[in-house]
Amino acid sequence: MKRIYVKEEWCLGCHLCEYNCAFANSGMTDMVKALRGKTIYPRIQVETDENGVTYAVSCRHCNDPLCVKSCIAGALSKKDGVIEIDHSKCVGCLTCVLVCPYGAVVEDGSGVAQKCELCMKNTCGAPACVKGCPNGAIVYEDRGEAE
Amino acid sequence: MKKYVIIGNGVAAAGCIEGIRSADAEGSITVISAESYPVYCRPLISYYLENKTDLQRMNYRGESFYADHNAAVLYGKNAAEIRTDAKQIILDDGSSIAYDALCCCTGSSPFVPPMQGLDTVEKKFSFMTIDDTLALEKAVTPESRVLIIGAGLIGLKCAEGLHDRVRSITVCDLAPRVLSSILDDRCAAMMQKHLEDHGISFILGTSAKEFQGGHAVMQNGTEVDFDVLVLAVGVRANTALVKNAGGNVGRGIAVDDACRTSLPDIYAAGDCTEYHDISSDSVKVMALMPNAYMQGRTAGVNMAGGEAAFDNAIPMNSIGFFGFHCHTAGSQPEGCEMYEEADENHIKRLFVKDDRLTGFMILGTMHRTGIYTALIRNQTPLSSVDFDRLRIEPQLAAMGSAYRDKVLKGAV
Repeated sequence: MKRIYVKEEWCLGCHLCEYNCAFANSGMTDMVKALRGKTIYPRIQVETDENGVTYAVSCRHCNDPLCVKSCIAGALSKKDGVIEIDHSKCVGCLTCVLVCPYGAVVEDGSGVAQKCELCMKNTCGAPACVKGCPNGAIVYEDRGEAE
Repeated sequence: MKKYVIIGNGVAAAGCIEGIRSADAEGSITVISAESYPVYCRPLISYYLENKTDLQRMNYRGESFYADHNAAVLYGKNAAEIRTDAKQIILDDGSSIAYDALCCCTGSSPFVPPMQGLDTVEKKFSFMTIDDTLALEKAVTPESRVLIIGAGLIGLKCAEGLHDRVRSITVCDLAPRVLSSILDDRCAAMMQKHLEDHGISFILGTSAKEFQGGHAVMQNGTEVDFDVLVLAVGVRANTALVKNAGGNVGRGIAVDDACRTSLPDIYAAGDCTEYHDISSDSVKVMALMPNAYMQGRTAGVNMAGGEAAFDNAIPMNSIGFFGFHCHTAGSQPEGCEMYEEADENHIKRLFVKDDRLTGFMILGTMHRTGIYTALIRNQTPLSSVDFDRLRIEPQLAAMGSAYRDKVLKGAV
């Protein structure tokens, strides 16, 4: 199945993926209107290590997803390799934030949880972070790894 | 064809069904459910009172869950006895069900200590089930003064749930602080202040001595008038079935990493069990929903002849009130060191011993706390990571490039 992979040797640390993520999930058509003057809550986060190497972290859609197993509302599930949140069921308890080993489930700014759903639920249709990365440092591809 | 029987119909049972079916598509599954509802999210009953969910959305799984997993549910039935010699369960209606593999997911029950005059209280409730919640909902009015006995997770979530529905809420507890099972004094004080800012009153460090109708007298002499009483003192694991069948039982049903009890072909999972906490290297009752699911699933796989272990259990809680959250995990062993950062609206306390993170309490800002939880669960040597960076901010960047490559360049 296709997954997101990062190539840290190509990452510029520009944080554009975070903005593209926030825009893609804003439900708006104009990026400036969607983001200007607002605190963004992206589902992907750029980290910097002690040597200044940067890379983006988002949901790994784990084979053994602790978030799904731990959700107290039955709101998280894995379908066709994608871990998604049913926002009508999420009550914002944040247990998923407490258990995700990679820090990939985060608050959405209104108190409930959000995570990368590979842009399957928004109008982007394919991961916006990948599309918008100016240096090909985030890819979405099938490397033949088992689910 | 193997006959699987599950006593109980909570989240552990759902995990057990999914575990069985991951390894055996053929065997028959029978679920004995005391409650008349499909598996629901028990901790959501307070969110129901807040109108943040409803009975439909509280279902843990979709409408066709039992049908999809070819499981039969006997609603409104209770198991009265397990006969290990005949491998049969006797129900309270006298009928019997044969099993090849059995899982006890019997949960826990509210514990109500003897209190003088409790029988004179007209409107009193537990807060464990949908039926408790619907009865409580019916009993309260915007004029109700509510007294909640117990400032633990159940009592305080009940207080939050009732907040917009009643006139006043007073919570009392024998412990000198709120959430005494998961927070220390300083963290509890911050949470208590937050709750008080939302109008919840507390009487701590004392217990109810006597009730006279709608009047309570505490051991320390404080008196409270109330209209509705909620009893949330604590819970006890439902162990009787396994105990009476001769199984090992402590404060919960004793289970190993495979979720086996001491009795052949009998497994147990969820709030009814006691099991190994790796963060304190001790056996505890850890009545937590995530663990219940993982135990149930583990039991199910093993019942069906597969191999699964839940061998890294730790206590952990994510709980919030009126938008103020708290995350806790692991334990604080004697002699541990504490790293702390704190300001008026935020505390982070990390507990370290023998080169391991053993536990934490974080209040206020919940960001990527799961990275800390994983350090506890994986018993990661802190000398192998950049803990000086990690303790300031949870991040993969401080976990070493090998770990990062595994996570971000491969499938995990």
